[in-house]
Amino acid sequence: MKNEWPLWEVFIRGQHGMSHRHVGSLHAPDAEMAIKNARDVYTRRNEGVSIWVVEARHISATAPGEKGPMFEPSEAKIYRHPTFYDIPDEAGQM
Amino acid sequence: MTHDEALFQFLLRMGDNTLILGHRVSEWCGHSPVLEEDIALANTALDLIGQTQFWLGLAGEVEGQGRSADDLAFHRDAWDFRNLLLVELPNGDFGQTLMRQFLFDAYQSVLLGRLISSSDERVAAIAAKASKEVAYHVERSADTVVGLGDGTEESHARMQAALDYLWPYVGEMFTGDEVDAAMADTGIAPDPASLQEDFNVLISRVMGEATLSVPNAKYSHKGGRSGVMHTEHLGHLLTSMQWLQRAYPGAAW
Repeated sequence: MKNEWPLWEVFIRGQHGMSHRHVGSLHAPDAEMAIKNARDVYTRRNEGVSIWVVEARHISATAPGEKGPMFEPSEAKIYRHPTFYDIPDEAGQM
Repeated sequence: MTHDEALFQFLLRMGDNTLILGHRVSEWCGHSPVLEEDIALANTALDLIGQTQFWLGLAGEVEGQGRSADDLAFHRDAWDFRNLLLVELPNGDFGQTLMRQFLFDAYQSVLLGRLISSSDERVAAIAAKASKEVAYHVERSADTVVGLGDGTEESHARMQAALDYLWPYVGEMFTGDEVDAAMADTGIAPDPASLQEDFNVLISRVMGEATLSVPNAKYSHKGGRSGVMHTEHLGHLLTSMQWLQRAYPGAAW
């Protein structure tokens, strides 16, 4: 029998943040306790207004070994960065 | 007993409950079974000590002898404390600590819910602030009691043993005296007996989910709230909690 609680990844939306950001991980027996543990471990200093948790095994990730084929091709495509345009003042903040 | 003397006693009871339980819970710091629970228990302990500063701070003000919350916490001996016996009991195992926590949280959440509308606005203000913290405490301790009660054979047996051991200390919460009568007469605090119904509803729901049986025994230990007779455990707790002020009176930093 496995006695270890499952691992959960914790995402917190900060006071002024628009999106939840990954802040770390913890162990908990279920989702409710994972949220409570996240509250106790990661929001002690007023860091957040919303918490998401997801069991780590439900996250699919890219394999470190595939870094080359996955990410290197985009390095050579600088035209994808919209840095060649002058933005008219009237357009305001983009 | 004058009105202020009764109010002082009532505030000591509030502040001593949170002080002594806060200290007990802090004893787990660095020793909990898992890191997450360690931090959660330390947070609870800190909340309780924070509430103590308000209750004992106001107690010192009402007494009018110039004593601060720190003076009351560190310069009194066992017989001057007015906490429930329940909160001075040793931690036991993790399950017993969480069972004690839940029993206290359930009582405290019902009590603070009433104190929010206290006729004394200083009491009402402290209750309003503390009740947010306690709403979280009771949710967390209830979840843990359910998780362990309705858990493995061993965790269930430990939680039932904890409930059987602690239950005789619950009755003291609802036994009133002349201090409580004075508080109820002036609308400052409810008659303790009036809290029992809401408390019982919460207890039966959680113990039901936890598959634990509430003992039938009617006997209850008392003497903590009145200060007549504490358990032998309080003196030992104070030697560690008050050690620094006893060895270096008035030390500050």
